[in-house]
Amino acid sequence: MSAAGNTPGACDPPALRLSGITAGYERRSPVLRDVSLTVRKGEAVGLLGPSGCGKSTLARVAALLHRPWAGTVHLAGQPARGWRYRAPRAQRTFAGVVFQQPRTAADPRLTLHALIAEPLRATGRAVEATDRVGRLADAVGLGPELLTRRPHEVSDGQLQRACVARALVLDPGLLVCDEMTAMLDASTTAALVTVVEDYRARTGAALLAVGHDRTLLERWCDRTVEAAGLGAPDERSRTPRARETTPAGTPASGT
Amino acid sequence: MNQAQTTTAPGPKTATEPGPAPSAEPLLSVTGLTVRFRMRAGRQVAAVTDVSFGLAPGECLALVGESGCGKSVLASALLGLLPGNARTDGSALLHARGGQPRLDLLTADEPTLARTVRGRRVGLVPQSPAGHLTPVRTVRAQLTETVRELRGLRGPELAAATVAAAERAAFPADHLDRYPHELSGGLAQRAATALALVGDAPVLLADEPTTGLDRALVDRTVDELRGHTADGRGLLIITHDLAAAERIADRVAVMYAGRLVELAPAARFFGTPGPRHPYARGLLEALPERAFTPIPGMPPELDALPAGCAFAPRCPRADERCATRPEPDDGLACHHPLVPAGTASEETHA
Repeated sequence: MSAAGNTPGACDPPALRLSGITAGYERRSPVLRDVSLTVRKGEAVGLLGPSGCGKSTLARVAALLHRPWAGTVHLAGQPARGWRYRAPRAQRTFAGVVFQQPRTAADPRLTLHALIAEPLRATGRAVEATDRVGRLADAVGLGPELLTRRPHEVSDGQLQRACVARALVLDPGLLVCDEMTAMLDASTTAALVTVVEDYRARTGAALLAVGHDRTLLERWCDRTVEAAGLGAPDERSRTPRARETTPAGTPASGT
Repeated sequence: MNQAQTTTAPGPKTATEPGPAPSAEPLLSVTGLTVRFRMRAGRQVAAVTDVSFGLAPGECLALVGESGCGKSVLASALLGLLPGNARTDGSALLHARGGQPRLDLLTADEPTLARTVRGRRVGLVPQSPAGHLTPVRTVRAQLTETVRELRGLRGPELAAATVAAAERAAFPADHLDRYPHELSGGLAQRAATALALVGDAPVLLADEPTTGLDRALVDRTVDELRGHTADGRGLLIITHDLAAAERIADRVAVMYAGRLVELAPAARFFGTPGPRHPYARGLLEALPERAFTPIPGMPPELDALPAGCAFAPRCPRADERCATRPEPDDGLACHHPLVPAGTASEETHA
């Protein structure tokens, strides 16, 4: 990409700007209504909310995986010009995504090596695979033997490590982590957050971390925002639970 | 928040007592439980090795550890649901209670397990209720079938008992005619819990019951599970969620590479003096409200365990003594415990 300044400041366009996003799946019952959110270059933003509040949908919109009904998405100052496979390659690969469930986000036929290299192959850069996959596998703590296995031969934690490596393989300028650690134990969680933060410190990439664990996101991110405060989900939304369990203050978590 | 503070653990448990002593007639005694899987090419996976613990009436025991450490295999072993290539050793005694004879869950045959144990003496609260419930039938249909099979009721009595069964798990009666996909995660979990409670099983086994739920729902779900121990049930909860374990457990068992490395009262484990095993300490310190630093490395593969302490390659305190495996002593298997207990850790044999 173009020469990037290292100061995450006002002069640079924000890594992500969502304005007036309304999105959903069923007609007349939008999950998100008129939501706006900006993530500056190099900034880490945590998006908090109970399950069913639409925060994953917002993450999918930010990664150009779900086309909103209204509103605009700007990635690094450029308006999004398409969605899913129709997005221009530079925009499509600008965001690296890590999903909650590594099992459903990984092709069971691929070895972990092929899984991590897949984005390179898909963008015609397969020749770089050996070198880049090796380095990333080291970073996420996967040994050479594990890279030869397929998803059913590794644990959830190991598979999620591969998914994080896959998200980083194209050097994204924005990372979208949707409940990246919800399935994982405390140690693997801390390890993967460290991997993401090391990458961000090296490259100045921005982060949108979606989750319901306030303690985690407040520790991890520069700032956190409540999904509920961005634009209320529809009253007739098919997830009424999201409203009734939204705590007024901090949910009383463990400690 | 503040580690200097004494533990003021939330939740319904009484923090003053260190948990019921297993001296009172336990519901379940697991002794030397070992599970091996025979794989292709002579490979053998040591999923569970020499695990011993007891579960007393009214007690909640939390089994914690990283994914892939053998927790769920242990649960499957207790329900006789292991695949055919598994070989078990040791014993898991379900003690005589309410006219039911003493039974070793590991050696019992399939008809006994199917007709007298699952659902009747051991209730399972599954990891993923969405996968546990039949998608093409309503909650009422599934609950009715379970009540009919386990309690032998018919007609209007059956209908009333079905509604009562839903009520016990706080499942709202007006949602009974919904299909599983129409339920939220929390309600699906309650439906699954309702099914687990129908048979009045004295032992409840919850295998990762809160995976994927948000914090408020996790708290509510585990509180509800804990509530079911009030009438003398024992609850064995398998989880990687330390906050949930802290909230409801009387005792905590930490599993690493198939072995129990520490078994301690929850108040001591989460409060002061804290975990004694370096692995347990590392797991706790990885929490975002504590140091948020991962344990370096990854757990060993269960088909290639080192001869000595399995945690030694990742352990900051490891030395040459760790090349021999520490035997469990006083609920701890470590040569270099962090908190020297009353007993000296010098002897290697219990």
